[in-house]
Amino acid sequence: MYEHDVIVVGAGGAGLRAAIAAHEEGADVALVTKLHPVRSHTGAAEGGINAALREGDDWELHAYDTMKGSDYLGDAPAIDTFAQDAPEEVIQIEHWGMPFSREDDGRVSQRPFGGMSFPRTTYAGAETGHHLLHTMYEQVVKRGIEVYDEWYVTNLAVTDHDDPEDRQCHGAVAYEIATGNVEGFWARNGVILATGGLGQAFDHTTNAVANTGDGCAMAYRAGVPMEDMEMIQFHPTTLPSTGVLISEGVRGEGGILYNDEEERFMFEHGYANNDGELASRDVVSRAELDEVNAGRGIEDEYVDLDMRHLGEERILDRLENILHLAEDFEGVDGLDEPMPVKPGQHYAMGGVETDENGETCIDGLYAAGETACVSLHGANRLGGNALPELLVFGARAGHHAAGKDMKTAEIQTGPSAKSEDGDVAPPVEPGAIEAGGEGDVAADGAMVEPKETLEHTVQQEQDRIETLLEDDGINHAEVRSNVQESMTENVNVFREESALEDALRDLRHARERYEDVAVADPSRTYNTDLIHTIETRNILDVAEAITLGALAREEFRGAHWRKEFQERRDEEWIKHTMLAWNDGTPELYYKPVELESQWKEYEPKERSY
Amino acid sequence: MSTIEQETETEEPTDEAAETAVESPGERRRADKQERTRERDQQRVDEGISESEEAITLKVFRYDPEVAGKEEPRFDDFTVPFHKGMTVLDALIYSRDHYDSSLTFRHSCRQAVCGSDALFINGKQRLACKTQIADLDSGTIRIEPLPHQEVVKDLVVDMEHFYDQMEAVEPYFDADELPEDELEEQRQDRENREKVKMSTRCIWCGACMSSCNIAAGDNEYLGPAAINKAYRFAMDEREGEQRKQERLKIIEQEHGVWRCQTQFSCTEVCPKDIPLTEHIQELKREAVKNNLKFW
Repeated sequence: MYEHDVIVVGAGGAGLRAAIAAHEEGADVALVTKLHPVRSHTGAAEGGINAALREGDDWELHAYDTMKGSDYLGDAPAIDTFAQDAPEEVIQIEHWGMPFSREDDGRVSQRPFGGMSFPRTTYAGAETGHHLLHTMYEQVVKRGIEVYDEWYVTNLAVTDHDDPEDRQCHGAVAYEIATGNVEGFWARNGVILATGGLGQAFDHTTNAVANTGDGCAMAYRAGVPMEDMEMIQFHPTTLPSTGVLISEGVRGEGGILYNDEEERFMFEHGYANNDGELASRDVVSRAELDEVNAGRGIEDEYVDLDMRHLGEERILDRLENILHLAEDFEGVDGLDEPMPVKPGQHYAMGGVETDENGETCIDGLYAAGETACVSLHGANRLGGNALPELLVFGARAGHHAAGKDMKTAEIQTGPSAKSEDGDVAPPVEPGAIEAGGEGDVAADGAMVEPKETLEHTVQQEQDRIETLLEDDGINHAEVRSNVQESMTENVNVFREESALEDALRDLRHARERYEDVAVADPSRTYNTDLIHTIETRNILDVAEAITLGALAREEFRGAHWRKEFQERRDEEWIKHTMLAWNDGTPELYYKPVELESQWKEYEPKERSY
Repeated sequence: MSTIEQETETEEPTDEAAETAVESPGERRRADKQERTRERDQQRVDEGISESEEAITLKVFRYDPEVAGKEEPRFDDFTVPFHKGMTVLDALIYSRDHYDSSLTFRHSCRQAVCGSDALFINGKQRLACKTQIADLDSGTIRIEPLPHQEVVKDLVVDMEHFYDQMEAVEPYFDADELPEDELEEQRQDRENREKVKMSTRCIWCGACMSSCNIAAGDNEYLGPAAINKAYRFAMDEREGEQRKQERLKIIEQEHGVWRCQTQFSCTEVCPKDIPLTEHIQELKREAVKNNLKFW
């Protein structure tokens, strides 16, 4: 058994920032990650990092833009905290050597981004995430922070008190990929989940193969509610054949979208008369698909993104990486011709319910970054707001877990924050095939001692892995691809009740099939078959949560469009959809959105760009 | 562990496993299970080929220190239906998901930024995700783990030595002094940012190190990636002169820049087009200049 004050699960941007923060507070902190830190998907972020740094801009404007972008589903205490902390965090990484793009006077450059009222997006070419990830990993090396790389965390050690709010997290169990060794990681202070996105629940995604929603699924099964899971961002500019992301920076620098009739449709068809291509991502994604559905798509599939008019010099200076991506993954020379683009799954706004300090309702369990839902992004995340989020809330979670004295959070978490029971009628039973029978937190009150909890969880994971390795059964890959295909077909940009029900049926079928899954590779050495099989279980749980949320939310807000409900319905729906695992029988309920913080109060307005 | 030099070629998976003497009931079960899996896989291979008009063949290095039939390195053939735009990584994923789920390789981002899937493809270090099958211009593609590194299993090599070398150059920004105001950035002019730009693109894939003859013969040689990392900081004016002196000392050591014989193999294989050899040469010049200064 390994022992540390703070265990951080995942070593992308949020995890690295959390580890550095905990270390700053004097904690003995360790990163446990299924990849090596520099392989994390933060490295694929392209566009930039928003922060109000300059004269004429201030945090309140950034907060206002973020709240508007969230379509009034973001919580004001989270948004205001975020916008206030972002400038310090951005300058902090500059002090850590981040190679930002620069102005003539040597200061950090900022460019316009969608939904921003001020050009406040700092960037490093079109490979901002790569530089951010490496800069922070360098600081982890400098501090000598312990990294357990290629250790896959498969479960959390959480006591099984009846009420999730009474439970405590004492650590995690991880599988060493190289050797097959299963070990307990005892966390004296806390565990921070920073496992990133869940894009692998879909089959056309900008997300890495590793983004399987592990943190969400583990926290969910341990009793932490999932918040606003239906809020999935589809990025408007992904390459059609692979889902590789083409940065919003292209449009920020002046790139233009054209349909098959060479119309600049964002303006000519009235989707966003003021901001055009730089409208919020949900708006642009829907516009593109509307064009395709109206028969004006190119090859009935995509639209063109043209940046040629920016000139070679500017493109090479600020967007060079885009040229490589378009060439390598679509065979297109962006200097010479427009790039084909279509919407692709990009980001989960929802996730593990936390407060502004990264705390979940389970004592000692935190989440930060894309895994978490504070809620900062509400129904739609603005471009350039994900990287500052992982800095701000990664740092806050790290500080808090290490024992720093912080202001009490305003946001309420856990089932006690419930304001209303949920009302959703799925066509099939959601949740575990055999509720309570698969080693989730059992909630029978039997296991409450810290060490016993960890030991029990280690045993449980060893048994689970042995069973998967020893049994005969079907391979997980087909189950996974069925889920991905159904999600992309039925729970996409445009959603309707019958398709969402189809998805739930498909997911139920996939869950049943998963009961027969086994790992064919008998080896204890670097068994990726086993890792992927465990991941697929996580994908099932998050995909179902997304779909249940989408079926429940009967309105059109932000990224969530419903055929039957074409309007934002503020009177009824300014509330978060919450999903509790509830020992394998998921329960949907609502909690209020906080439109007021100690600093500001927001009034929902019509969202137009 | 085995190195790639020990490889031997054998045919498609055979029933070796069943013939291997097994001791414990657990091992016997595993061997039986493996055998059933192979039969099933072979069936799927046959089905796959018949459906496909245009197909390519992957010849993939296999090795697993604890699995019967794989302890001795061998090559397995996988026939994969080809489609336009297909990369070597796509073909590997297809092979794994359709034929043999134990086929093991690292990969994550699929877009040449995570640096997980540097492999030895048709005799050259390349990123599998960035290598178009059409560009290889051969119906049979030979895929091996990166040479000169310990093989853990199949295409997975032990990266520890590479990481150790990276960390040996103190690979972190460490300015002599910082602005007092915590909201004030350090200034850096565009030219200086441009100077370090290419060096900051390194994705730690290890292709360069694997291609380097010197690194193959001298295990302590820092290698192109680590020296490039040192370059990235030594040339960054934000750090200051004192730190630069310390950095030059590190790269000037016995197993540092002077080992490089400018064969350009690292530069040739770098998937991010980093002019590694030039960076090493420039650091040599800096070191010489520096030593003259202190004479």
